[in-house]
Amino acid sequence: MQNIEAIGIGQNHYLILSAIIFSIGIMGVLFRKNIIMMLMSLELMLNAINLTFIAFGYFNGNLNGQIMVFFVMTLAAAEAAIGLAIAVMIYRKFNEVNIRYFEQMKG
Amino acid sequence: MSHQLLLSLLLLAPVLGFFINGFNFSSTKAIAVGTLGTLCSFISFICSLGLVLKLGGLPEDQRRLTVEFFNWLQVADLKIGFSFIVDQISAVMILIITGIGTLIHLFSVGYMSHDLRPAKYFAYLNLFLFNMLLLVLSDNLLLMFVGWEGVGLCSYLLIGFWFSDPAKASAGMKAFITNRIGDVGFLIGMFILFFQFGTLNFVEILSRLPAVAELGWTGPITLSCLALFIGATGKSAQIPLYVWLPDAMAGPTPVSALIHAATMVTAGVYMIVRLSGLFVLAPNVMMLIAVVGAATALFAALIGLTQWDIKKVLAYSTVSQLGYMFLAVGVGAFGGAMFHLMTHAFFKALMFLGSGSVIHAMHEEQDIRKMGGLAKKLPMTHATFLVGWLAIIGFPFLSGFFSKDEILWSVYASPNGHPLLWFIGVCGAGCTAFYMTRLMALTFWGKSRVPKEIHPHESPLVMTFPLIILAFFALTIGWVGVPHILASVLPGHIPNVFEHWLEPVVPKLSFIGKSSLLEWALMGISVSVAGLCAWLAFDFYIVHKERPKSFVLKMGKLYQFVSHKFYVDEFYKQRILDPLIEGSTALWAYVDVNFIDRLTYFIADFTVSAGAGLKSIQNGQTQQYALYILLGLVTTITWILVG
Repeated sequence: MQNIEAIGIGQNHYLILSAIIFSIGIMGVLFRKNIIMMLMSLELMLNAINLTFIAFGYFNGNLNGQIMVFFVMTLAAAEAAIGLAIAVMIYRKFNEVNIRYFEQMKG
Repeated sequence: MSHQLLLSLLLLAPVLGFFINGFNFSSTKAIAVGTLGTLCSFISFICSLGLVLKLGGLPEDQRRLTVEFFNWLQVADLKIGFSFIVDQISAVMILIITGIGTLIHLFSVGYMSHDLRPAKYFAYLNLFLFNMLLLVLSDNLLLMFVGWEGVGLCSYLLIGFWFSDPAKASAGMKAFITNRIGDVGFLIGMFILFFQFGTLNFVEILSRLPAVAELGWTGPITLSCLALFIGATGKSAQIPLYVWLPDAMAGPTPVSALIHAATMVTAGVYMIVRLSGLFVLAPNVMMLIAVVGAATALFAALIGLTQWDIKKVLAYSTVSQLGYMFLAVGVGAFGGAMFHLMTHAFFKALMFLGSGSVIHAMHEEQDIRKMGGLAKKLPMTHATFLVGWLAIIGFPFLSGFFSKDEILWSVYASPNGHPLLWFIGVCGAGCTAFYMTRLMALTFWGKSRVPKEIHPHESPLVMTFPLIILAFFALTIGWVGVPHILASVLPGHIPNVFEHWLEPVVPKLSFIGKSSLLEWALMGISVSVAGLCAWLAFDFYIVHKERPKSFVLKMGKLYQFVSHKFYVDEFYKQRILDPLIEGSTALWAYVDVNFIDRLTYFIADFTVSAGAGLKSIQNGQTQQYALYILLGLVTTITWILVG
């Protein structure tokens, strides 16, 4: 712990890193057409949030942030499972996992 | 029975008949539905007899039965009860309506026996009876207006009863629309009266009248009387709104007898007599009524001289006779008008039914040029028609003589009358005698001109029986109103029952300073003019048959002018209807298409394009939705941070 502060890394560094990862994640979700890539980007966004939780928890000396991260991780696992299941179904039907096939799911 | 019960039954019997026959409208059993309709009408007649007897049993100054069923409308000051009044005037009317109505129902059973939709016919006839009773019995103007509109509706339905013929259907529409113009007048009159007196109840209006008559043309009473009179000209077929009545002959003939001769068309006269206390306060309007009445009496009689359709002649005769009633009302002889209304109802219903019998016998032929010599083939119809003819031309001691003579004498001698009006009246009487004699001569007398394929036969008893009853009354009903001057010389001193009966409710005329010699002279003149004209017509159409032709040739253009009904219909079409249609077309082509349509199109287009624009947002692409979420989030956060 001490060595992190020793090399001059503070709360802001964490937050900036997390913001960058979050933004990359958003870009991925918005602009990638491959569903697998989109799901990965979504994971990125969630993990960026996790990073902020941990950073705040650490620097404020409070464990609540760490606990929250466990919840987010379980949620992320469930979400990835469902997302991948849909992706598999789409692949079976169209032999591709492009997001534009989701339009076909309109009633 | 109490008078409430009698009155309820009087009104409900025709309604019941209307509903039973109306729900059963597809029935073709003419006898069954006709019997039901006649029975309902007859029940009404019995009830009205009962009511009149009850009324007669009361002391003279208290002869008024009122029945208030419920409070119909109450808005601020306006209070309208669903309530009825039986007094001397409405007593006369309900007897005429239900009595003659029953006879005409009976006649219709025979007349409509071959019709395809007799149930509908009798349902309409009963509905008419109910509305007419509503009109004459109501104790306020608004309820009267309900009946007024109701009879107009029934008139429309019955004129256009054979609606598959476009001419007949449009005759019905013409009657309805012309009546509507008059109804606007009636409504305006009602508004002014309510504004002025704060009530529409007849008794209350008459009790709140000012004591002195209103001079000039712009006072509220004068204006309301004028508006009401316009309403009356519509319903009672006076100049300028008389044009619908001759066309109304398109309906079945018993309908013409009931609605367009005996009852509905007299509603205008009844309304003015009912409000006589109001009308005498507007001397200018009274003068106008007298002038319009006299003009109509002569005008319609002149047109009647040239018509070839048996029913058209009778129709113009009706217009002319109604003119006499308005003439009488205009000079203040309200009793005389009611008297003529009653006698006219009998003899004109008689003649219309007689013409119905002729038309029935001639297989729907109405042109008198194709008749002639029918007296031998239709003896009973001829005999009864003869009575009607004598009554209408004013043959001494028949009903028409008494009433017409009373009107002419009042016109001459009344303070509001004028010798000129009397002169016009006598001319009208002369014309009446001429065209009625002409009708008799061409239809019943002389040589037969009936086409060979038609074999006229006398009508069945169900049709001749009403004729006999009506002929009896046309002969005798005049004796209830024998003028004093005749009563003084006739044996037995017959009292003037009718005048005495109406005395408490209508303003009385004073003939002070008029000598009885003058009355004898005027009576002599009018009877001799009528006799002369009748003889002239007989000479023209029976003795010297070539004369009418040479006479027509001599008159040339004038005859054409009269036989085309003075081109009034053409004038109305050219000056009123065509400009109206052109104006409406212009409004449609310019205002509607350019302005209103464009506005609506613009609104519709805007909605469609806005929808199309918004639709492109919701395109089903998940990533775009995600973008919207992001944008929304950014906006919200920015808002929170900045604001």
